[in-house]
Amino acid sequence: MNPIVLFFHKTGSPPWFYRFAGKLLPWLWTACILIAAAGLYLALFASPPDYQQGESVRIMYLHVPAAWMSMMIYGFMAIMGFIALVWRIRIMEVLLISSAPIGAAFTLIALVTGSLWGRPTWGTYWVWDARLTSELVLLFLYFGVMALYSAYDEPRKAARAASLLAIVGAVNLPIIHYSVEWWNTLHQGSSVSASGSSIHPSMLWPLLLMVIAGKLYYAGSLLNRARLRLLQQDRRKRWVQEVISEDQV
Amino acid sequence: MSHTPFILAAYAASAVVLLWAALSPVIQRRSLLRELRARKQHMDNKT
Repeated sequence: MNPIVLFFHKTGSPPWFYRFAGKLLPWLWTACILIAAAGLYLALFASPPDYQQGESVRIMYLHVPAAWMSMMIYGFMAIMGFIALVWRIRIMEVLLISSAPIGAAFTLIALVTGSLWGRPTWGTYWVWDARLTSELVLLFLYFGVMALYSAYDEPRKAARAASLLAIVGAVNLPIIHYSVEWWNTLHQGSSVSASGSSIHPSMLWPLLLMVIAGKLYYAGSLLNRARLRLLQQDRRKRWVQEVISEDQV
Repeated sequence: MSHTPFILAAYAASAVVLLWAALSPVIQRRSLLRELRARKQHMDNKT
């Protein structure tokens, strides 16, 4: 069998996934901490203040990666939901529901840091502008997925309902992305896109490092949550008894 | 207007949320493993 196909087949096995994730986690967290430390140093001490925003631009090094992560995680959830519904792969259901609290955390950070940046820059903590409102809707969608999952006793049924909501809610992603183009908003347009960036390298580098750290954080946190959920769901199965005997804490 | 309190508040709030989101599953998994191990030991002692 093709090694890549074999890898995906193995990933579908909870005991294999649990052990593989356990081996991967220390590397992910180490890389995340090192890259975040470099990013934070550049963001807080080495990068210059913005000519318009002044020192408050330092909040952007948290706000922008968090906002990107909030959308990326929801996009992943919609894809995982689709795979879970069509192919009934249990590990996808586990990854989907494990992603929701992490996505909600990033969305909350994007909203709070944006609000704290808005006060000195716009003169207000909040406006009902299209970008801010659609991001708030995203937070409610994350809460909705978690609440819907918790409303069922049977995890497979719960995951199917949560998958459906994740897929339907994905309609909000293009609304968030294009809100600054479709409507006349207070929120500025994109400074970084696939075609390039209008940001000076002294500010772009800390931003990119924080984005990479955010992605590693998501990967590490997701694997941690997925391992916990697998243990909770399979607590009576033999592989969990083996894990207990192996003393893998 | 000094921007420092806003910057500090933003970084502090983010640190709290990220630490909670990262540590809560680790703490829960450890406590679940402890519980399962205790139950297994109890069952082993019975038989």
